[in-house]
Amino acid sequence: MTATAPPAQSPPAGEALGRPLRRADGREKTTGTARYSGDHAPAGLTHAALLGAHIAAGRIRALDTTGALAAEGVRAVFTHENLPRIAAQPPLLPSLAGGPAPGQTFFPLQDPEIHYAGQPVAMVVADTWERALHATRLIRVDYEEAPSATVLDQIRHTAFEPEKIFGGLLPGRATRGDLAAGLERAEVTVDLTFTYAANHQNPLETCTTTASWEGGRLFLYDSAQGPAATQHTLAVLLGLPHADIRVDSHLVGGSFGCKAMTWAHPALAALAARETGSPVRLALTREQMFTSCGHREEQEQRVTLGALRDGRLVALRHHKLSPTSHFDDWAEPSLEAASQLYACENYEGRYLLARAHTMTPTFMRCPGEATGLFALESAMDELAQRTGLDPLELRRRNHAERDPVTGKPWSSKGLQECYARGAALIGWERRAAPPAREGDWLIGLGMATAAYPIVPPVNPQRAKARVFADGSALVQAGVAEFGTGATTAMAQVAADALGLPVDACRFEGGSTDLPNVSAAVGSMGASYTGAAVHAAATALRAQLIAQAIADPESPLHGARAADVTLAGGRMVLRDRPETGESYAQLLRRHMQPDAEATGSWGPADLTASGSSHAMLTFGAQFAEVAVDADLGVIRVRRLVGAFAPGRVLNARMAANQLMGGMLWGLGQALLERTFMDPALGRWNNTSLGDYLVPVNADVPEVTVELVEVHDEAVNPLGVKGVGEIGQAGTAAALANAVHHATGRRLTRLPMSLEDLL
Amino acid sequence: MTTHKPAARGQAATAPPERGPGPVPVPLIVNDVPYTLDIEPRVSLLSALRDGCGLTGAKRGCDQGTCGACTVWVEERRVLSCLTLAIACEGRRVTTVEGLAQGGELHPMQEEFIAHDAFQCGYCTPGQLMSAVALVREGHAGAPGEEADPAEISEWMSGNLCRCAAYPHLTAAIAAAAKRM
Amino acid sequence: MRPVSYARATAPAEAVAAVAADPGGAYLAGGTTAVDLLRQNVLRHDRLVDIGDLPLAGIEETPAGGLRIGALTRMSDAAAHPLVRERFPLIAEALELGASPQLRAMATMGGNLLQRVRCAYYRDAVSPCNKREPGTGCSALGGINRGHAILGTSEHCIATHPSDLAVALTALDARVHTLRGAGERSFHIDDFLLPPGDTPHIENPLEHGELITAIEVPDTPTARTSRYLKIRDRASYEFALTAVAATLRLENGRISGVRLALGGVATTPWRARHAERLLLGAAAEPGVFDEAARAELAEARTTPMNAFKAELARRAVVRVLRTLAATPEGQA
Repeated sequence: MTATAPPAQSPPAGEALGRPLRRADGREKTTGTARYSGDHAPAGLTHAALLGAHIAAGRIRALDTTGALAAEGVRAVFTHENLPRIAAQPPLLPSLAGGPAPGQTFFPLQDPEIHYAGQPVAMVVADTWERALHATRLIRVDYEEAPSATVLDQIRHTAFEPEKIFGGLLPGRATRGDLAAGLERAEVTVDLTFTYAANHQNPLETCTTTASWEGGRLFLYDSAQGPAATQHTLAVLLGLPHADIRVDSHLVGGSFGCKAMTWAHPALAALAARETGSPVRLALTREQMFTSCGHREEQEQRVTLGALRDGRLVALRHHKLSPTSHFDDWAEPSLEAASQLYACENYEGRYLLARAHTMTPTFMRCPGEATGLFALESAMDELAQRTGLDPLELRRRNHAERDPVTGKPWSSKGLQECYARGAALIGWERRAAPPAREGDWLIGLGMATAAYPIVPPVNPQRAKARVFADGSALVQAGVAEFGTGATTAMAQVAADALGLPVDACRFEGGSTDLPNVSAAVGSMGASYTGAAVHAAATALRAQLIAQAIADPESPLHGARAADVTLAGGRMVLRDRPETGESYAQLLRRHMQPDAEATGSWGPADLTASGSSHAMLTFGAQFAEVAVDADLGVIRVRRLVGAFAPGRVLNARMAANQLMGGMLWGLGQALLERTFMDPALGRWNNTSLGDYLVPVNADVPEVTVELVEVHDEAVNPLGVKGVGEIGQAGTAAALANAVHHATGRRLTRLPMSLEDLL
Repeated sequence: MTTHKPAARGQAATAPPERGPGPVPVPLIVNDVPYTLDIEPRVSLLSALRDGCGLTGAKRGCDQGTCGACTVWVEERRVLSCLTLAIACEGRRVTTVEGLAQGGELHPMQEEFIAHDAFQCGYCTPGQLMSAVALVREGHAGAPGEEADPAEISEWMSGNLCRCAAYPHLTAAIAAAAKRM
Repeated sequence: MRPVSYARATAPAEAVAAVAADPGGAYLAGGTTAVDLLRQNVLRHDRLVDIGDLPLAGIEETPAGGLRIGALTRMSDAAAHPLVRERFPLIAEALELGASPQLRAMATMGGNLLQRVRCAYYRDAVSPCNKREPGTGCSALGGINRGHAILGTSEHCIATHPSDLAVALTALDARVHTLRGAGERSFHIDDFLLPPGDTPHIENPLEHGELITAIEVPDTPTARTSRYLKIRDRASYEFALTAVAATLRLENGRISGVRLALGGVATTPWRARHAERLLLGAAAEPGVFDEAARAELAEARTTPMNAFKAELARRAVVRVLRTLAATPEGQA
């Protein structure tokens, strides 16, 4: 522990969970010693750089690499003419499922066809980064360009309803009740169409892989949300035994979805390293981050609400149209939580896709719900206005006591309390008065409901726990640390399960050599890994207690296991806590260096209640904005989010993540858009100077309020997740606040000043 | 309107000595430690620090001067090392995040970053720290004994993107550290 | 980035001779534009002459009461200089709103005037662009042009001039002093930053190797009541969608002095002389401000994506003039 850690760092043994402990990796991250994938430099490291196609469709007629090959320091140039073929292309499946998880089913540098701008057409390996990059500019590519279509306006006439989307996991259409009858019965209707610019995740660390081969085994440092996903995907792509690939992903410089799936670059780095016989680092450039790891697709959503005069919903229609690639049927799942949010019997949700010359879209923070809830919650605000109801009251009247889709009870909810706490914190009662004006600024308040699904695991999640004879514990699982605080929180989970002080427990993750867990995606990292760590630590504790009971030399000899508990870091009799011993005493007596147990949690462990309950995380978003009456400038003054994410493992880091999610909502609402130039078929603003993300000065006062709900169905710890819910509904709360301030209903994201002039 | 004056100097100028374009020895002083790197003049200070000196604290987030993750000091100035050529730093003192802590003792700014949980993924943190300490030195976190203005800190930290958006914690950490510096 | 050679100059004449002698030569000062665009393969120099050590930094008063700002003065130093803040608050504001703190600590005043456009088609090194590759066409005309210019455009280029500083200097009739082999000369800023016309690749009248040595801002008493208003999507660290630099002086409710320049809307910093003429001597009333702004923007040529800029600029001009008119110091 560092000298800076206050005594508060060390809660009593067994009481670490939930405490706002400081990050275990704080010292490394503040001293520049934290190592990310691009910070590892194996001996003899060389650098790879990619050249992307600047056309969106067509084929390569000819390539001339002589200039690049002649350039100083260049070791090799790979194109479709000389890069070895991949062994097989795995199907697209979200990495949450735990298997091979390619972001798209197209692998570049295999043939001369061009399917999207930015598609790699050549890869240079050189002794320095500068030389590799420069050499890509010396490659001459002669293209035969074909007409391309990249935006909805060019392809909406080709739209089709897919049978399945999202890697085959979700149906293209969902219905309940009788929508037509519901609309017929409605006394008030709202029918709004919302449009969304494409977005890019843009973590500050660009995707980076460092690859080396040793004795036929492949070693990778890869920036990924799940090192196992990289391992499984590369095993199929390269035709290697899984056992011959190790992927390390200790620290990741942000992901936000673009490192959730495995894209082409890790395999390209591996191939380059194999072909050149030297370790290779392939770091994408910032520009390439717009064409290499997916994006949130441009989209259009139409929401039709039918309600009675008292505001109760009788019909909900929610359609989404979006472009996908020519190889995959992908749409982010925008209609899921939105279909479960309110008690409404009659529903129809439809996804429509149209094929475009882009890569396959992918996850981006709060995938689906960030856009779906913007549409639904803006429409609800409009319905509130048309029915003359307070927007919060309208939500309360439509509160779903059970899941309207399945009729099942919720595993836990807490939404009404979120409404109440959020409203109190923002001062919602002010909204009843006419909007305020301060000088040139019009002030408005808005709110929206937040929800995010909980996905049960598809396969077993595993962890390993060890206690050493010195009393310290090491707990391991192959989860990546990309800022969620998993390293810290998992130590807390293990400490409490083992009954040890948290300072005695270290968590290690980030490698496929460690027990397998799915990628930490969909807000499920804490849940999946936490459950596995809990299982491993609990198993180890039970094992050591059993050993003590069986040991004639132990003070606990002969006790019943049920009578032994952990107190003060020792195994003791529940009713006579002075009788007992520590793990260390037991191990040392037997000259045992350590004890170890594995734990697993998976589909089979989901209790009956898990499948008999509907599971969503809920929250409520409130926003105060100021809009310049003449200039249209929108500035956010305050964000309040009240969330009920179940068990919180570390209050400090959970609040940080929830706050980050809310500020992502601010960016989504007001700033973020990737422009596609339809004439050239290329993204236009491929830099962080032109793709605008919030800067420090954009950020208002943010209040995160946690509402406790107890949930026994989701997993043994009752964790529901905090990664996405912070963003759900934020953009709608902001748009509704702008409406309150100006009377203007903005239906285009991002909202910008020209919409208000 | 354009005005013309006769040449100020009559004598022919001598050309300054030219180096490169191939690798040349470049002496650098980083965190008070001397290095001599054999690098091409086109190599950025960022690349030189990371690949030449093995100091990987400064991060490459964009290589275009738009994110601030590569912020270091050249003399007292906070600069973007991606847009600075290493060779142009000959004879100037370079300080990176690795040079903030002294003898294992964290700088107050580092301590307050940890105490305020002013980061998540940590990738922007080295740049944020170098900007933050410079900001206090520049006088934008209040004069000694004065309360810092959070809005002023935010504005003067806006050259450092944090995609995790830990901004409010960053601002609070800087205000707290300023009192201890 | 192509391989480059490097030399550090110790005297201005030496630097000028070195760059002038080599068509592939260029100056390196703050590097914020040069290193970026060399790496992007937009600029293709192979010889850099570092002028960072030349004695061209510093700010001094001129005998006529103006300021002479050395070309190598960093933006941050100029913005913090007491004389600049006192006499030309709009310059300090434009500088501090002009880039991130790190960029301001690197970039020089002379380099700021020579910064290149932010047009994505210019910067991608691939798209047709008359500024980068004369004769290839302008991709922005029918492309993504939300940020592009509505004034001073031509059928060959609609890229917006990106400098905030230059807008303030334009309002103040600044002069740019240079050194070339044949000696020193100076330009009025209006003659220094050139509209694209038929030659968008020519952005200024500098000869190859000609070096900016100083910027001179003439004495402008009205500038003590001045404002630089910058409007953008983000609250900080972004180029202007519209900016207005203005000084205003009133006598008995009538405008006795006014300077007005627009940024973010034109291919050069746009001195609103038409509006100034209408305003001078007129009553300081919102209707008058509005009429003057409309007149200035009458010749705007917009695209569907940037049409909002004409309206935004009109409103911004009114806002700035209204604000300055309400400032007590504006009253004579």
